[in-house]
Amino acid sequence: MSYVSAPAEGRPLPVPTELSAPHWDGAREGRLMVQQCPVCEAYVFIPRRACPQCLAEPLEWVESSGKGTIYSYTIIHRPPHPAFEPPFCAAIIALEEGWHMLSNVVGTDPATIAVGQAVAVEFLDCGEVTLPVFRRVN
Amino acid sequence: MANFSKKAAIAGYGATEFSKNSGRSELKLATEAALAACADAGINPSEVDGISTYTMDNNNEQEVARAIGSKELKFFGQTSGGGGGACAPLMQAAMAVATGVAETVLCYRAMNERSEYRFGQPIQAQMPTSDNLIFAYHGFQGLMTAAALLAVSMRRYMHESGATQDDFCNYAMVARKHAARNPNAFFYGKPITREEYHASRMIADPFHLLDCCQESDGACAVIVTTAERARDLRQPAVLINAAAQGSPWGTMGLGAYYKQDIVPRDECAAAARQLWATSGLSPKDMQMAIIYDHFGPTVLPGLEAYGFCEYGEAKDFIKDGNIEVGGTLPVNTNGGQLGEAYIHGMNGVCEAVRQIRGTAINQVADVENVLVTAGSGVPTSAVVLSRDV
Repeated sequence: MSYVSAPAEGRPLPVPTELSAPHWDGAREGRLMVQQCPVCEAYVFIPRRACPQCLAEPLEWVESSGKGTIYSYTIIHRPPHPAFEPPFCAAIIALEEGWHMLSNVVGTDPATIAVGQAVAVEFLDCGEVTLPVFRRVN
Repeated sequence: MANFSKKAAIAGYGATEFSKNSGRSELKLATEAALAACADAGINPSEVDGISTYTMDNNNEQEVARAIGSKELKFFGQTSGGGGGACAPLMQAAMAVATGVAETVLCYRAMNERSEYRFGQPIQAQMPTSDNLIFAYHGFQGLMTAAALLAVSMRRYMHESGATQDDFCNYAMVARKHAARNPNAFFYGKPITREEYHASRMIADPFHLLDCCQESDGACAVIVTTAERARDLRQPAVLINAAAQGSPWGTMGLGAYYKQDIVPRDECAAAARQLWATSGLSPKDMQMAIIYDHFGPTVLPGLEAYGFCEYGEAKDFIKDGNIEVGGTLPVNTNGGQLGEAYIHGMNGVCEAVRQIRGTAINQVADVENVLVTAGSGVPTSAVVLSRDV
């Protein structure tokens, strides 16, 4: 088994908007971009117009290290879409800067995944959109 | 401080049978349940002058009003949050009758969510809007169902509380045990064993099939009127002692992954604070509870959020038998939504009414107050229903 667990083709893809475009443009360039509040310094994901903590705007786009840990996850055993081959892992990644992002953990037997494992971002070219996904690191 | 406590009461309830294929329209189901509730209360359906339902119900207020022969609606509205809205129509109804806006308010939920559509099936959304933000940002990672979205939240709960799959099994077994004795339950006569639970297929880890509520066809309805009037009607009044909605900072439907605590409990805790403050009651005053079980494992943080247990203790509370009929806090005595049916929480409201009247199948002794909760992990609601003493 390859344990890819995240299809590059045929999967439903997000539609970048004017608001989220810097996140997707960054992914295309191999950079994990996240918003940060210039006033209270909170990291903001998913993309928003204003800081949900202090309402400051505009938010700044900054690059994340892409390093984090698995905060929580599920292993999906019932395919939600023909492109996904179960079992596969969707996980909330706690990035080291202190923000959460939902993604897929790839390249790992889903049965071995646990909360707290270290992961790092990599980028999956899905055609129109490049998706950030994560792989376990030691 | 909310001032509608005990000013409104449930005067009647009605329900259709619960099945996987009702063989009739959702409007017919809503009408049947509404007319049954009116008959139970002993009121003429023409007197219904208010309606409160869920935004997710496909039957609008005007069609239901026409179908039952209501002369004129003075109040009509819908509450959001999916199953989190389960108790919110009661809150709306109580506020409407307490303020005199309406006198006789019908609340209903009717669905053919098994035979007409599959409620638990994947939802696709691409362009993000405020309504579909969760699916637009999580669907492409493969989280396209309520089960998958809440599974992530409950995996975190397991990590923090030490609860195990076996603890989740304990709840599922209780629900199915209660349902097995309830002739109106879909799983009447069908309790489950621990072996059957663990052997049931995994849907979205940690949710097994037997952790997931049913997809059901059916309808439930209640009639809310003033407490004064309810006392003169056919049935004993069931007072709406307290009702609250909960949507604290960071609440998002099913996928509130972007706050420090992603366990589905913040919304419940917010509703709980209001309930206990406005009723002057505490968890100790409840003889039983209906805790929302879209997914059985969420009953654990539910019990904790409403104050029946400390955080992380629900697993032991359940294991020790407290939530079974005969225990210190019987929960979901109708079999819950795992065992009886999934009517988006309204069947739990009906069970609370029966328990307070003393007419339930799995009757709990001397029920004075019942907490009824709604879906967790979404904007939520809850009520305390009380005997008229």
